[in-house]
Amino acid sequence: MEFTLPKEIETLKRIVRDFVKNEVEPVAMEIEEKNEIPQRVIDLAKELGLFGISIPEEYGGLGLSMVGKCAIYEEIGKTHNGFTSLIGAHTGIGTVGIVQLGTEEQKKRYLPKMASGQWIGAFALTEPSAGSNAAAIKTTAVRKGDRYIINGSKHYITNARDAHVFTVMAVTDPAKGPKGITSFIVERDFPGFIVGKTEKKMGLHGSHSCELFFEDLEVPVENVLGKEGEGYFNALKILTEGRAGLAARNLGSCQYLLDRSIQYAMERVQFGKPIIEQQAVLHMLADMALDIEALRSMTYRVAWMVDQGIKVIKEAAMVKLFGSEVYNRVADKAVQIHGGLGYSAEYPIERFYRDARITKIYEGTSEIQRNIIGTQLIKEYKKKG
Amino acid sequence: MNILVCLKQTFDTEEKITLENGRINEEGVEFVINPYDEYAVEEAIKLKEQFGGEVTVITIGPERAEQALRTAMAMGADKGVIVDIEDLGDNVDEHTIAQVLAATIKEEDLAFDIILCGYMAIDDGSAQVGPRLAELLEIPHISTITKLTIDGNKVTVDKDVEGDVEVIESTLPILVTAQQGLNEPRYPSLPGIMKAKKKPLTRLELDDLDLDEEEIVAKTETIEVFLPPKKQAGKILQGELVDQAKELVHLLRNEAKVI
Ligand SMILES: Cc1cc2nc3c(=O)[nH]c(=O)nc-3n(C[C@H](O)[C@H](O)[C@H](O)COP(=O)(O)OP(=O)(O)OC[C@H]3O[C@@H](n4cnc5c(N)ncnc54)[C@H](O)[C@@H]3O)c2cc1C
Repeated sequence: MEFTLPKEIETLKRIVRDFVKNEVEPVAMEIEEKNEIPQRVIDLAKELGLFGISIPEEYGGLGLSMVGKCAIYEEIGKTHNGFTSLIGAHTGIGTVGIVQLGTEEQKKRYLPKMASGQWIGAFALTEPSAGSNAAAIKTTAVRKGDRYIINGSKHYITNARDAHVFTVMAVTDPAKGPKGITSFIVERDFPGFIVGKTEKKMGLHGSHSCELFFEDLEVPVENVLGKEGEGYFNALKILTEGRAGLAARNLGSCQYLLDRSIQYAMERVQFGKPIIEQQAVLHMLADMALDIEALRSMTYRVAWMVDQGIKVIKEAAMVKLFGSEVYNRVADKAVQIHGGLGYSAEYPIERFYRDARITKIYEGTSEIQRNIIGTQLIKEYKKKG
Repeated sequence: MNILVCLKQTFDTEEKITLENGRINEEGVEFVINPYDEYAVEEAIKLKEQFGGEVTVITIGPERAEQALRTAMAMGADKGVIVDIEDLGDNVDEHTIAQVLAATIKEEDLAFDIILCGYMAIDDGSAQVGPRLAELLEIPHISTITKLTIDGNKVTVDKDVEGDVEVIESTLPILVTAQQGLNEPRYPSLPGIMKAKKKPLTRLELDDLDLDEEEIVAKTETIEVFLPPKKQAGKILQGELVDQAKELVHLLRNEAKVI
């Protein structure tokens, strides 16, 4: 059993840590207030190569293993989650479909520009009437000669305001239910592609999720991603593999909150001594550390399983669920330890508290993860006979 | 242009220094390229971008120091040499390091037009290795530079002299040491790090070098290592101004013993 990261991953992690600390953290409050990530930070992230971590080296990326990606996600989790989300969605659900299912031509066309960050990626599954029940999407794609004509709409699509390449799920055969869904690679400037309003959100400022409208959107047949009729399963696969990545981002945010909380508890004096000397406070810190340690083990183990090619449906659901719940628990305790300062919008803690909340909802709600875990338990039980 | 950079891996500037049995404790510490050496690496890569050629980075240090070389390679250096002199134990000082560097350059047949070093290492802060190495190689050296221009054989530098600037001209081959302000070191890119893994790295030990151990052992002796005394809270004098002034002089003379 080996619990250390490869040397070069350690080096990558350290570089990203420095970048986050020196370039992103100093503008975190500005991102929050302006609801915008400064272009300078995005440009620096591009130069650094952050947009290419999931893309193979032959297409200009880093070709990192899931463990490697998680190591980097952990570091970018330690700052404003809007930035984390931009990179996370692009290098996760925004690109992984093309990396794993794309044809050689598709990879050549899209991946180099996505690796450099010139083209940002997004993933469009959710519709107003199909959220948790993603197989119920209504967007249709009808083949006409060498193109598909797509009609319908999506909402809450992360990165949509700025993305150029969208992995879009649409129904090609309504009679077949989930087996009648196909995934497409859609470019922003294809005729009939309309980006709607940007959602106003409780948190995750600087990350822009939008509605999309497809009005006789024309997509060439060579832009079908994977096989026709496999779109729903493609989407599940993309989401499943991304789950360790989301957990790693949450892990980074939790670590940030714990570090800040320890520091504050040592400095803040009430009743003549630092509050960390109050057992009630120290125990909160202990519980945070305990949760974080468990999450760290789970995250890297699931990532390792993905790298080994082991099927991780149940484990991926577990790590997504656990990571979100831990993040929310830790953020709650961090606010509590900081007292009034924890609630103040002039201090970063309340921002994490709000940003933590989305992790129990997107990429599959906590309830849906429990459903997945339960279903897998039953399957495993039946298999054993 | 053949460019050499000598660099040292040092404690991260944010690490707290702690002592254990009279030695600096390295456990759990993050190491970085000595910040002044980072300026040297950046300048070397800029020279390569301007004139073409090759950048070789050299370090003397334990196994972990490879990381520093790989980082420099990720920034753009082409190859690295790491010399392990742990056999010498604590018998190492600036004299030793300069001798080993000179021997390494000879042993590895490293041609150079210019050698760049940081002007000092932030850990022991001696600022001697660069000038000593230049002496051994019998080439000119200029330290604490904040600007470097090379035109043909001619070298023009701005040298920081306690806040003032001296403009100095010299010729290649030369050794210069970098002061803060020389440039803004780039982040090594992530793809650069993956590529750096495959760049050539030579490992040497003392035995590989043509050196007499007797001659290179430290010429200085460290008698004691201790942390600076903790800063005391300031004293605020009160009362009539005249009395305060008297009290201040008294304290400076008898307590602080500075006048
Ligand atoms: C900021 C943000 C970013 C997003 N980014 C993207 C994106 O990039 N791409 C994309 O495609 N989508 C994205 N989404 C959509 C997101 O994945 C969905 O919001 C999520 O899957 C939940 O769907 P819903 O909002 O329709 O809620 P619903 O499905 O209506 O759920 C409402 C509640 O009912 C519960 N529930 C529903 N069904 C069940 C069940 N069977 N068992 C138990 N409980 C159930 C849910 O758990 C939840 O508590 C994003 C959403 C947000 C808010």
